[in-house]
Amino acid sequence: MPTVNQDQKIQSSTPNNQYRKPSTRVILAENLRKFWYKFSRNKLSVIGLVVVLLVILAAILAPWVTPYPQHASAYVDFDNASQAPSSRFLMGTDIFGRDILTRIVFAFQGALWMAFLVLIISVPIGVLLGLIAGYYKNTWIDTLIMRITDIFLAIPPLILALAIASVLTPNLTNAMIAVTVMWWPWYTRLVYGMASSLRNEYFVIAAELTGASKAHILFREILPNCLSPVFTKMALDVGWVILIGASLSFVGLGEQPPTPALGQMVSDGARYMPDLWWYTVFPALAIIVVILGFNLTGDGLRDMLEQR
Amino acid sequence: MDTLLDIQDLHVWYRVYGGYLKVLNGVNFTVNKGERVGLVGEAGCGKTTTMKTILRILPDQVSKIAQGQIWFKGQDILKMSGGALQNVRSRGIAMIFQDPTSALNPVFSVGEQLSDVIRYSLDSRTSRRKKGQTIKQVAMQALKEVSMPDQERIMGTYPIQLSGGMRQRVCISMAITTSRELLIADEPGTSLDVTIQDQILRLLHELVKQHNTSIILITHSLGVAREMTDRIYVMYAGTMVETARASELFANPLHPYTLGLLASVPKLTGGGIARGIPGRLPDYLNPPAGCRFSPRCTRSMPVCELSPPPFFDVGNEHKVGCYLFQGNGHE
Amino acid sequence: MNDILQIKNLKKYFIVGKKKEGPIYLRAVDNVNLEIREVETFGLVGESGSGKSTIAYTVMGMYKPTAGEMLFKGENIAMDISKRPHHLKKELQIVFQDPGSSLNPRRSIRQILELPLRLHNVVPANQIEDKIVELLEKVELPPDYMYKSTPSIGGGEKQMVAIARALAASPSFIVLDEPTSALDVSVQAKIINKLLDLQQELNLTYLFITHDLSLMRNMASRVAIMYLGRICELATAKEFFEEPLHPYTRMLLSSIPTVSVEEDLMKPKKVISTGEIPSPVDIPPGCSFHSRCPEKESRCLKDDPEMVEVKPGHWVRCHQFAYQLSAGEQPVPSLEMR
Repeated sequence: MPTVNQDQKIQSSTPNNQYRKPSTRVILAENLRKFWYKFSRNKLSVIGLVVVLLVILAAILAPWVTPYPQHASAYVDFDNASQAPSSRFLMGTDIFGRDILTRIVFAFQGALWMAFLVLIISVPIGVLLGLIAGYYKNTWIDTLIMRITDIFLAIPPLILALAIASVLTPNLTNAMIAVTVMWWPWYTRLVYGMASSLRNEYFVIAAELTGASKAHILFREILPNCLSPVFTKMALDVGWVILIGASLSFVGLGEQPPTPALGQMVSDGARYMPDLWWYTVFPALAIIVVILGFNLTGDGLRDMLEQR
Repeated sequence: MDTLLDIQDLHVWYRVYGGYLKVLNGVNFTVNKGERVGLVGEAGCGKTTTMKTILRILPDQVSKIAQGQIWFKGQDILKMSGGALQNVRSRGIAMIFQDPTSALNPVFSVGEQLSDVIRYSLDSRTSRRKKGQTIKQVAMQALKEVSMPDQERIMGTYPIQLSGGMRQRVCISMAITTSRELLIADEPGTSLDVTIQDQILRLLHELVKQHNTSIILITHSLGVAREMTDRIYVMYAGTMVETARASELFANPLHPYTLGLLASVPKLTGGGIARGIPGRLPDYLNPPAGCRFSPRCTRSMPVCELSPPPFFDVGNEHKVGCYLFQGNGHE
Repeated sequence: MNDILQIKNLKKYFIVGKKKEGPIYLRAVDNVNLEIREVETFGLVGESGSGKSTIAYTVMGMYKPTAGEMLFKGENIAMDISKRPHHLKKELQIVFQDPGSSLNPRRSIRQILELPLRLHNVVPANQIEDKIVELLEKVELPPDYMYKSTPSIGGGEKQMVAIARALAASPSFIVLDEPTSALDVSVQAKIINKLLDLQQELNLTYLFITHDLSLMRNMASRVAIMYLGRICELATAKEFFEEPLHPYTRMLLSSIPTVSVEEDLMKPKKVISTGEIPSPVDIPPGCSFHSRCPEKESRCLKDDPEMVEVKPGHWVRCHQFAYQLSAGEQPVPSLEMR
């Protein structure tokens, strides 16, 4: 039942709804163009973005773009073992005869998949906790959430991940669980700072004064203003997660052979240095390049934000 | 009347997504020795851009001085380099910014900031430093001139400990430590209460009188311009539309924009206010080819859309940039 | 004409520190009495630290009063927003000073206007879009603005959106806290006239706050001036501006810049204000204004003057006017309820 308590003289001057909602495609295209204009000012970030896109594409299309997809699983060919880089095997072969280039690309799959899962789980949890703690700043809710966060933050990430991963059976899933468990607090802290200051903005107060529910205020008023730094951090974090994943697989706590993993390949090859140098160097370079790519992209995003 | 500053046909553009924002479109502006000139305009009209161009503090990457000259004591500031420019900035022209809070560095004390200014502008000819006076003494004297009580204590305080009015005074004292020929005050006291603003404006008036400094007073308040300046320029969308002596401008406003502004100002006598000026600022990316006010002007004529009107002299040092006054003062 | 809002002995103190003797209070609002009549514009004037915004925020429920009563259409509203019944959140609306921060930059105008419509069931769900168009037209904004978000529009237009938002829930009372202070004069003119039109059309009551006295002259029917949490003078606009009595009122009026000779003649003789505004934490004893008052006497340093009705409807808090009462008449200690 509409409740109108005043005699409102209404005269609509557009009786035929002459306004039109701009189509979503047009808006999207325009926003992408503006994004690109700002982002491309920094040449390094563009390089980073290119690297990132190449890596992701390669990982998705691995079975079709790699020269020897079958080498990514149990395979032996001792005739071609320990070959130096050549035109047949661009990055050489390992002691089982498997093409290192192919294995690196397949290892990207595991690394990216892990980064994706870790972030997709830990970020929403961290952000949610940060929102709530920030909104209820200076109450027991805030204290409870933030002290727990502090405890997790006080423990060095790699050590915690190692501890968890070694207690559980060593495999990719458990490595991911380990990393996820210690990843969310960073987002909580990030969002907490923003949410607690946004909480006092007049537009939040205006929503409260008009009777909006707490859920509305948290998710529709405050959250959208916190997202940009969160996305930037996510881009930078992909690099970190990959690094930690590589560290875990370096000590054998990640993907198990024969599935390739970057850290594991570095570790396997280490004992053959310096003779079979390609066995370690290429996987290590791959790690560096991927992380650098994500870092440069993340830096570019952050610079864009600060300009505004 | 000695001309101190003469801006001629200044065009300044900003580079943005989509092209150039052609903000200043032929600005002509003069300041004589010992004169108080008011620059009145609303947000986005280009007053701050003009002032920043004088001191050459526009953001490098995105700004472009497309055309024009700024003559200061016989030299074109826009063509100056390094040493000469630095000379102008440290001894010739000083700017007092609008917001005293962000103009002062929060992590240095007032004394430190004042001393820095004095140190970097030292010159035996133009500085106020008499033989044997230390930097600290010069600083305290500057604070005294802006009527700061308790100068010794203030030297050690940090900006955050001071009220808005006092911060503004500190900014002013920084500008007068060396004898300057021109002060540019960007909306002084706007963010402060009206009684404090009154004090600040009086202070500037006193200082200007005492040291025979010229001052450009930027404001969006016609009332302030009327009381505090000798001559006024009215600016709209990157052009000067009218200029006259203060008393003349209010007795005899001519440009449609000036008339619109005056009608929109609430009067103490009551009686309601006009409905404002219809329309909005032009899009600087694609500004109109002719008079930039014509889209909003109730008396616009076909000629207004062809090319920007020049300043027509209507006598009594009163000039109007409007085709209505073509033919020397008659419509 | 009924009173829509009655405020009695309102106090709002903030605790800003602790001393051995007890907490240090910032007396933002200190014993204020006023009533606002239906469909009038009541003006509240003062400098920073005067308490005018605090009163507005307390009326809206952003703060809980420290003491005192507030009645809205007879209903008690002396509580903060979390305890207020839902219908009050519809009846009382506020337009803040800075439209940049009072509108969420990440929400479209449509979303901003939809919220109050939805929360108060102003129209059924399928008519919401039409209602939004109607609101935009009321504030002279084109309908396709509803798909825009606020960073892309100008300050004056943003404030129009804020006004449309206030109108959305069909309120009867709107607080306007310096709604045009951040805007240019020509934009201000448009908005003020629109506000006056809307008041006529929709029978709205306004509590209008500003530091700009010339603007107040053209807006309010009655004006109260505040200093350090107290009302110094309250009168009809005509008397307030043509026959100001309190020294503070006269000081403010004398220092405003004016643009015409007629206005110059109206202003009281120039009073140079010396010194700074004292902070509301450290209010001197006696009359709170004495440190800046050009007309102070010895009793001003000791005794706090009371609010006196010098003429019908014209109240002043100043020792000079306590003498105006003829012998035998009792000074009125606080604003009498009509």
